[in-house]
Amino acid sequence: MIHEMLEELGSGIAKEREKTKHEIRVCTAAGCMSNGADKVLGAFQSELKERKQTACKAKGVGCMGPCAGGPVVVTHPDNRMHHKVEVSDVPAIIDSIGAAAYTARQVSTDTPFYKRQQKIVLENCSSLDPERLEDYIAHDGYQGLAHVLSEMSSSEVIQEIMASGLRGRGGAGYPTGLKWSTVAKAGGRKKYVVCNADEGDPGAFMDRSVLESDPHRVIEGMAIAAVAVGAEEGYLYVRAEYPLAISRLHKAIRQAERAGVLGKRMLGSTHDFHVQIRLGAGAFVCGEETALLASIEGKAGKPRPRPPYPAESGLWGYSTLINNVETFASIPAIIKNGGDWYASIGTESSKGTKVFALAGSVTNTGLIEVPMGISLREIVFDIGGGVPDGRSFKAVQTGGPSGGCIPAEHLDTPVDFENLAKLGSIMGSGGMIVMDDTANMIDVARYFMEFSMTESCGKCVPCRVGTVHMYNLLGDILDGKATAKDLALLEELCDVTRTASLCGLGQSAPNPVVSTLQYFRSEYDALLVEEAPAVPAAKE
Amino acid sequence: MDEQPIAIKTLTIDGKEVGARSGDTILQVAQEHGIWIPTLCFLDGLTAYGSCRICMVELEGNNRLFPACVTKVYEGMVVIIHSPRLEHYRRVIVEMLLSERPHICSVCVSNGHCELQTMAQLLGVTSVRYPYLMRKHDVDASNHRFLHDDNRCILCGRCVRVCSEIEGAHTWAFSGRGVESRIVTDLDQPWGESESCTGCSKCVHVCPTGALIEKGRSVAEMAKRRQFLPYLTVMRKEDAE
Repeated sequence: MIHEMLEELGSGIAKEREKTKHEIRVCTAAGCMSNGADKVLGAFQSELKERKQTACKAKGVGCMGPCAGGPVVVTHPDNRMHHKVEVSDVPAIIDSIGAAAYTARQVSTDTPFYKRQQKIVLENCSSLDPERLEDYIAHDGYQGLAHVLSEMSSSEVIQEIMASGLRGRGGAGYPTGLKWSTVAKAGGRKKYVVCNADEGDPGAFMDRSVLESDPHRVIEGMAIAAVAVGAEEGYLYVRAEYPLAISRLHKAIRQAERAGVLGKRMLGSTHDFHVQIRLGAGAFVCGEETALLASIEGKAGKPRPRPPYPAESGLWGYSTLINNVETFASIPAIIKNGGDWYASIGTESSKGTKVFALAGSVTNTGLIEVPMGISLREIVFDIGGGVPDGRSFKAVQTGGPSGGCIPAEHLDTPVDFENLAKLGSIMGSGGMIVMDDTANMIDVARYFMEFSMTESCGKCVPCRVGTVHMYNLLGDILDGKATAKDLALLEELCDVTRTASLCGLGQSAPNPVVSTLQYFRSEYDALLVEEAPAVPAAKE
Repeated sequence: MDEQPIAIKTLTIDGKEVGARSGDTILQVAQEHGIWIPTLCFLDGLTAYGSCRICMVELEGNNRLFPACVTKVYEGMVVIIHSPRLEHYRRVIVEMLLSERPHICSVCVSNGHCELQTMAQLLGVTSVRYPYLMRKHDVDASNHRFLHDDNRCILCGRCVRVCSEIEGAHTWAFSGRGVESRIVTDLDQPWGESESCTGCSKCVHVCPTGALIEKGRSVAEMAKRRQFLPYLTVMRKEDAE
């Protein structure tokens, strides 16, 4: 019955599809929208209407990856990609369908940027309309949930997730299956499932793109988690700076509830699951799970000491499962294809794929998804196309303000949680900023320290005061006012802030300084000055 | 109905074997056994907050440090309270606090009665190696009996907790974030105009420094009286039973 219900929902669009011979897919994620993708899509639709072409349809789809080339338009099924499309290009692109290519805007997709990627989380992003539930269902959406509801027990679901080896994509890489089983075993009258979509690292936009491109996928992941751990209520905590993601999520939840996929008696089963959206008010620290939960409860977004972990005592004291957007978005594929399939991708300790937001001094900026274990060199030089303008590569920064800078000599390191930690950085949520030889590493460290300083909640002393002192000392070094003694103080502050801070924000805030000191110490040393004599010489 | 048996845990604190009830924190157990752990934001009778990081201890077999005020004991736990590493961290944290705001003891009403000053002395902080941030804060003298001087505040949150947990007035709260954090009355109105403040003075007496004081005190005259807190705690516990 559950499966029939889905089939019926998807049947409408299947008929529609039979009639359509060609599809013009316009990216409608925030990057392309900011370059006028909505106008381009509108122009396609009105032009097609005018020409009375019913066999060809224009539709908005999610992020296709090459964000720097927006607005991106792909014609399907001949699969021609066009970059930087303007309204004036619309008639020519329509003319080119089934005929000679429109070379003025067309770009080749036969490049490593596309061929080296492996899309699991982003698999549907370039083909489905994020604002239509039916389209998601036509892409096998909610099949995983249906399977879980009709054929799997809670422990089987958790077993499958454990077998997949999936680790939390928020940054720390905690085994997802283990977290789920802890929450499943927890007692209490109620349980909650929370999705952390408070992506705040500078230069990171993976979660935003997933939410904008495939909102139902995240919701399905949450619903599967809810069934597995026995929760009936969930929250999606999205930062308010993502208005498009928020409106698409609202729409997605409303559509899914109206269709009976979500809400009371999901897909006609005995399980209820209600999702609500909560907006973050702009505090980076609310991405820390205990601060996030405090914020959902209506309190100030400040972290509290762990343990107790949210799995034990989370929202309003109830056991709470909290995972990142990308983690939830990986779930439907794992249920559909099996945990062993997922575990076959990646490295020994880190399975599956990871989405990265590639930015900075790199030819192809945008959103990419690669299997774990790929080397940084492949990401930067093959997929990213290397450093533009004849510059040379200096470092790649991963993990945002909590991560570090990795220099050229470590470019061949396979990317996984352990390796990046060994290099003094972190996987983080997936921001990846490439820097060329013009980058001043101390300035980079100070930039991230300023971020941590202004985003510190101010609860614990080492983070509140330590980040300010570190920021000031980095400024002194840049201004040529610091001595070797100051550098020693800076290193001491890094150690104390890292060891003694209350939450992850403070504990990882020194990472940009520590890693640049580790790999680019000579740049620091070059700026130090001799210490002034303790007593200034008396004036004559 | 049978009474619930109390589970007893045994652990080692600085080489000394001690017994504890399950659910106790390291700090509670240490205090019961007369072992001193330096604390600043903690105050017996208020919820532990874990923000000052002075009471951080080492647990054998773990690289991380744990705040003794909120970390629960477990069987076989080996706690190290005093080690050169910990003393170093504690001293740096006190230095951070002293450098954050213009803490100048010689002109402070709480000189000689200040917990920050005492902590600095106990930990051997003789000078501050970090430049003073010297951020200037306004003094709120609008209340006719009390004075609120942010220049002496260490943001321990005792006033916020005592006001909500003991007095139930919820007058005090934090505002801002990071180094811009401040304690405010009501919605950042002057204390004298606060409608929720009952004038009970509990916040003044739990304040570890000279940030909240009684008016009319001169330098070194402001000693705090905290007897009410253990008394109230015991009374309420008995009431509950």
